[in-house]
Amino acid sequence: MGKKKNPSVNNREFAVVAYCFIGLFLCCIGYFVYFQLVKSEDFINNSYNARQENFEKTIIRGKILSADGEVLAETNTDSEGSETRRYPYSELFSHIVGYSTKDHGRSGIEAWANFNLLRSNAFFLEKTMDKVTDEKSIGDNVITSLQYPLQQAAYDALGEFDGAIVVMEPATGKILAMVSKPDFDPNTVSENWEQIVADENSKSPLLNRASQGLYPPGSTFKIITALEYIRQNPNDYQNYAYSCSGTIQENNSKLSCFSGEVHGTVDLKRSFVKSCNTSFANMGLSLDADQMKKTCDGLLFNQALPVEKLETSKSSFVLNQNSSTSEVMETSIGQGKTLVTPLHMLMITSAVANDGVLMKPYVIESTQNHDGQTVKTYESKEYGLVLTKEEAGILREYMRETVTSGTASKLNGMSYEAYGKTGSAEFGTNKGDSHAWFVGFAHREDKADIAVAVIVEKAGIGSAYAVPAAKEVLDAYYR
Amino acid sequence: MSSIFCEVSKYLMIIFFALYTWECFSVFQRKKTKERQAAVFRRQNMLMFLLHFDGFLVLYDQTQNSSVLIFYGAQVIFFLIVISSYKLLYEKSAQLLVNNMCMLMAIGFLILSRLSFDRAVKQFTIAVGSMIFALGIPFFIQKIKFVRNLSWIYAAAGLLSLGAVAALGATSYGAKISFRIAGITLQPSEFVKIIFVFFVAGMLYQSRSLKQIAVTTITAAAHVLILVLSKDLGGALIFFVVYIVMLYVATGNPFYFIGGLAGGSAAAVAAYKLFAHVRVRVVAWQDPVRVIEKEGYQICQSLFAIGTGGWFGSGLNQGMPEKIPKVEQDVIFSAISEELGGIFAICLIMVCMSCFLMFLNIAMQLKDRFYKLVALGLGTTYGFQVFLTIGGVIKFIPSTGVTLPLVSYGGSSLFSTMILFAIIQGFYIIREREGKQNGQKEESLRQ
Repeated sequence: MGKKKNPSVNNREFAVVAYCFIGLFLCCIGYFVYFQLVKSEDFINNSYNARQENFEKTIIRGKILSADGEVLAETNTDSEGSETRRYPYSELFSHIVGYSTKDHGRSGIEAWANFNLLRSNAFFLEKTMDKVTDEKSIGDNVITSLQYPLQQAAYDALGEFDGAIVVMEPATGKILAMVSKPDFDPNTVSENWEQIVADENSKSPLLNRASQGLYPPGSTFKIITALEYIRQNPNDYQNYAYSCSGTIQENNSKLSCFSGEVHGTVDLKRSFVKSCNTSFANMGLSLDADQMKKTCDGLLFNQALPVEKLETSKSSFVLNQNSSTSEVMETSIGQGKTLVTPLHMLMITSAVANDGVLMKPYVIESTQNHDGQTVKTYESKEYGLVLTKEEAGILREYMRETVTSGTASKLNGMSYEAYGKTGSAEFGTNKGDSHAWFVGFAHREDKADIAVAVIVEKAGIGSAYAVPAAKEVLDAYYR
Repeated sequence: MSSIFCEVSKYLMIIFFALYTWECFSVFQRKKTKERQAAVFRRQNMLMFLLHFDGFLVLYDQTQNSSVLIFYGAQVIFFLIVISSYKLLYEKSAQLLVNNMCMLMAIGFLILSRLSFDRAVKQFTIAVGSMIFALGIPFFIQKIKFVRNLSWIYAAAGLLSLGAVAALGATSYGAKISFRIAGITLQPSEFVKIIFVFFVAGMLYQSRSLKQIAVTTITAAAHVLILVLSKDLGGALIFFVVYIVMLYVATGNPFYFIGGLAGGSAAAVAAYKLFAHVRVRVVAWQDPVRVIEKEGYQICQSLFAIGTGGWFGSGLNQGMPEKIPKVEQDVIFSAISEELGGIFAICLIMVCMSCFLMFLNIAMQLKDRFYKLVALGLGTTYGFQVFLTIGGVIKFIPSTGVTLPLVSYGGSSLFSTMILFAIIQGFYIIREREGKQNGQKEESLRQ
């Protein structure tokens, strides 16, 4: 190597360096384009992005619509140009649609889709004219998967009780209805703010119980205990037998069947259908607690649910090998320390209905400009397989028989084929105070299957209060 | 009506800049005829002045502040003087580099005026001073030949000033990078970058024996280490990459390139394990939204700006770039992208790339090995710094907190970059002379 060397040979290294750097620059540009095209939309819809407020100066907030075209939220401008956000159905959609206020922020779809509502994809000439005339452009509309008749039926079914009802399509994850009570009127949320959040009002009406309320699952948890028993005894779970005498005692811990019923000799299916507490406690004692914890983690306990946007709480399941006998027995029947959200129970139920495949729940189907042209469609997304197809099949059979000859028999003999599991979740120290639960799904050839989760607070037993509520929703859907 | 003017200007500026960028690359193809090339450069100048005029008109329209107009006038005079004095003093100067330098500064002045008028004026003052100084550099490059024999003086000066900053410097955003003397904040590493290139070029020009390489590597590593210790990660990375590239090209041995990158990666992993401030950057890069309250705040705000601005931008003064911490310095790219648009921002990357390609092109065509290495080193310094700052603010790579040369606010950065451009300018003039003397036909530019 020396000065004599032909420079053009030496230049090969220069070319290598040049190409490397061209590569780096092009990667930068590529990532920039990728961000703008793919990531940006979700990224910038963040409450820390103060630019959102800027849009309100030039855009009239778009509408929120139900799947069947009902207006759930809209902005009215009066003759003086002042804008008010109106919610034609008042309390009916209060949690899921949410509210949008200057002083108290936003919630629900109003918050999650804030950016979509404040963007205008109107025809560009129209937007240019708006600029010339100094008028606001009309923002995009958000189309939800919510169905007005179903929401109304769920709202009415809950009646005066507190609680929640969620309805979802197991095959897609679309949320069709979501009711939580107590509720509030989003039209007057600012005026009544103090009263709504007041301390003495411990019912927290702003909380969306459907996705954030944590309840003991009661007997609906037997779906999971049964699943775990099948998993740990894959070859002879059919041979399980237990003689129910109304109570079970183990290491000084005692547990009884509901209102002292005696179920006699039961197999696994019968235990499930009759919701036999003592049999499930007996089963629980034979199970490996760590394995069961693993199953629960696989079913999304102790972690954030894979739901975009919707605020959810984490369900918890904490059983381990060192848990006391009484805790094991309690946990097996859905008492103990286990806590779930109605949405989570609905997701597990949906997976059973959908051959073990869990779809991610979502409520925003698409955005459209104000002329109705689609801007963006949100596809349904699969979370993955949480049960095997066989397990789902067995549980479906059990849940079907619960309707035909068990605790959910009020759903029997309808135009649709119903499946389900009831529950009565005891809470507090007063024996007998319980929330009524029902989770289940229904099938009829001409329509998509739907799954429903119902919790009626402090109502008593599931079969008496939650099943009729679910029936009203299913009837409305298959009407 | 004013908003429609703003709206139209937004698109006009994108068109002007896109055309300008196109010319940056078309000039490489039409090398053959001098006349057509001159026409390209004239069009570039025209486009720059149009863009600059439009931008400041919008700013004036928005602020109704007459000092904006005076400031604009001063800039126009400045750019006219810069362009014509290069033509007058150095007949053979590389016009593309002059044009790009002015264009980048014009964009810088425009966005800085929008962000902070006082800072823009300060930046302009420094630009004027730097230009007077830098205009003489090509002349000295041709006259003074002994610069290649001063390697150890460069190393001593570089290490001393970096060391002094590490020991005594003021801490800014966790990194010790600057001195304050008589009210002026100096960032010596910006200048050390240049003399470091001279040091490495001088050493590898003298000899490429194993011993020489070892000694050079150890000295270079000392530079990098001091920067790591002063927590100036961006600076450390630039020095490192520049050294690896120069070593590879000087020796022609790809092992140094690959081995250097492997060693660098290992060092990066070690730094990640050892230093919390490195981990913080990586955490903020991986999932900025999760740590938006603290570590991820800047990068999130930067991405909000870019994403909200979209392809066409919000228009000057219509966005909220001031929400981004340190927006005038390290994150200026995002402010440009937000208000002037994503297309404009991509053009900006392309213009920076065309500067880099021009640097390498000049390096390739020089005959003198020392000059070749210096041109390569300076080109790499510039190119890699652009990559670090833009890659960092768009979250392509973890952010390292370096400035965008000629655009970002910062006197040391501006001054040193103008020196860098002037040195390359000097080399270009030498090359043109050589070409003529040897009577060789001009090699067509390959890029």
